[in-house]
Amino acid sequence: MSGLRVLVGCKRVIDYAVKIRVRPDHLGVVTDGVKHSMNPFDENAVEEAVRMKQKKVAKEIIVASCGPTQSQETIRTALAMGADRGIHVELAKGEEDLQPLAVAKVFAKLVEKEKPDLVILGKQAIDDDSNQTTQLLAGLLDWPQGTMASVLEHSDGVLKITREIDGGLEDISVKLPAVVSADLRLNEPRYATLPNIMKAKKKKIEKMSVADIGVDVTPRLKVQNVVDPPVREAGDKVPDVSVLIEKMKEKGHLK
Amino acid sequence: TINTNYFIQTNLSMFSCRKTLHITRKIVNHCRTYTITPEHESLRDNLLKLIERDINPQCHKWEKEGRFPAHEVFKLLGDNGYLGISKPIEYGGLGLDYSYEVIAAEAFASIDSGGVSMAIGVQCDMATPALAKYGSHYVKENFLKPTIAGDYVSCLGVSEVGSGSDVASIKSKARVEGNEWVINGGKMWTTNGTQADWMCMLVNTNDNKNPHKSKSLICVPMDTPGVSVHRTIAKMGMHSSDTAEITMENVRVPVDNIIGEEGKGFQHQMDQFQNERIYAAAGAIPAMDRCIQETIEYCSQRKAFGQTILDNQYVHYRLAELQTEIECLRALLHQCVVQHVAGEDITPQATMLKLKSARLVREVTDSCLQFWGGMGFTDDVAISRLYRDTRLMSIGGGADEVMLQIICKYMGTHPGSRK
Repeated sequence: MSGLRVLVGCKRVIDYAVKIRVRPDHLGVVTDGVKHSMNPFDENAVEEAVRMKQKKVAKEIIVASCGPTQSQETIRTALAMGADRGIHVELAKGEEDLQPLAVAKVFAKLVEKEKPDLVILGKQAIDDDSNQTTQLLAGLLDWPQGTMASVLEHSDGVLKITREIDGGLEDISVKLPAVVSADLRLNEPRYATLPNIMKAKKKKIEKMSVADIGVDVTPRLKVQNVVDPPVREAGDKVPDVSVLIEKMKEKGHLK
Repeated sequence: TINTNYFIQTNLSMFSCRKTLHITRKIVNHCRTYTITPEHESLRDNLLKLIERDINPQCHKWEKEGRFPAHEVFKLLGDNGYLGISKPIEYGGLGLDYSYEVIAAEAFASIDSGGVSMAIGVQCDMATPALAKYGSHYVKENFLKPTIAGDYVSCLGVSEVGSGSDVASIKSKARVEGNEWVINGGKMWTTNGTQADWMCMLVNTNDNKNPHKSKSLICVPMDTPGVSVHRTIAKMGMHSSDTAEITMENVRVPVDNIIGEEGKGFQHQMDQFQNERIYAAAGAIPAMDRCIQETIEYCSQRKAFGQTILDNQYVHYRLAELQTEIECLRALLHQCVVQHVAGEDITPQATMLKLKSARLVREVTDSCLQFWGGMGFTDDVAISRLYRDTRLMSIGGGADEVMLQIICKYMGTHPGSRK
């Protein structure tokens, strides 16, 4: 292989360090005036692609994001890290509630257009924690998938992936083209150097709308209510296990 | 009529100590605008990440050791492009305007150890501005370029044992012998003094009766025979910064090591001081924001007499007063940057900025330390170190009294300027 073309997805989310506040209408969280950044798992995805390019395994990295106008900044961050060009699928008013199936459909169209050998996404976004887009995309494309990747090795059109799963670590092999989702321990994302930040200004970002792509992004799920988790109450200390079991029966936690 | 539209959109992240205030603003004043662009934001975000990951974890150790590894840290910063932000591209800099330097100065303030950010200030804004602006190709190639790359550590030699605020009274001398300067004298309060590869040295080079015309700036390699570190100075704060008293005895350097014109050194240094003052203020503001945020966090948990410390009106009102003054200072900083980028002389404003920052930071750290109580007095929390480190601001980089002198001259009230 003379070098893979890699499509990386990234999402603009509320920064992980911000303290989230529920909206007064209980239909979501406050996003106005709140600091946003690239989804942390997407940083791992971008970093992995950049490392593949440095090792000359990849020859071109395209980074794509579906989101409002400000998603451009997220794409620029990826360009500063080392991606070559960007695609911004700009959401219009009324399209902001973009759910994993819709994103997967958009990416399926982008794959059709750009013909990458490999798609790397972050395993889940920290705002909805869905962990679905990669799997749905693989299904739509009928491509093999390697999710929750913590190790990625390429040789001759085959990817060796170590997945972090509940039971431990699983090693699989997938043939390209494939869809992979990045987990936290895949790598440590670089911070961009200032020269690269300034160079990123000149890299191309192609803009398109959902209508241009021709995808139905109507949400299938409707959020009914969003509340804060209940305030944690004080616990009770008991002297031994028999008292513990008694108390648990009293409170109806044990039959 | 002057039409000024002023928008501030601020985000206070109430429960995270490490984040700086995120502000996007646009000031319109006489058709001059200054907007913080995505590149400014990106610079800040990436520099903060670098600091969080590769500098802050070691600050505690460096404080205890009384020294931080300047070559290591400066090389890291140089590799990432942060030591030459506004410096000429031909010598490895990025040639960006001064607003980018200020964003970096604000980010450097998130370094847990004040001594490190001060040392970085020397490298970027104290020992090199005159070199970049007035130096010949020879000195820029041999001193500016490696300093921007982070290969050379620089220091600034202005103050002497006998001359601090009274810069004109320095005694170090340099005389030409053949094609060399022969330098005798010494310097005091030299930040990075024990680790520097070269010193930007202000020295008397002619016998002009006017002390403002008798001096020059010369680049002195610190390994030249005759240069010695007389002693390192143990200080009340800025512990991670090595501060030295340097002596120079018959030190010989090439005549070409001069920066700019002979006899113009005093002016070049006064010019260089403006950058230093803005750097100090730009760093003080985020430090004050941090003090207030961490104090709010602590006091909202700490209880006494049936309520949290923060619930006491005196406490939350006092913090509000201080935050208000910080906002005023932020506006002054912004104004200085706008005008500096537009090429205007900002001496009076920069001087006021330095004066007010230094005084406000003492008020903020003092009040916040009091609200922290016993815990604040320990080495386990940031407030005690901030209190010690920031106290220097009223003294170093031009004492408050010197700032006041300058302002009075501009106001025409200084006895020397009144006829």
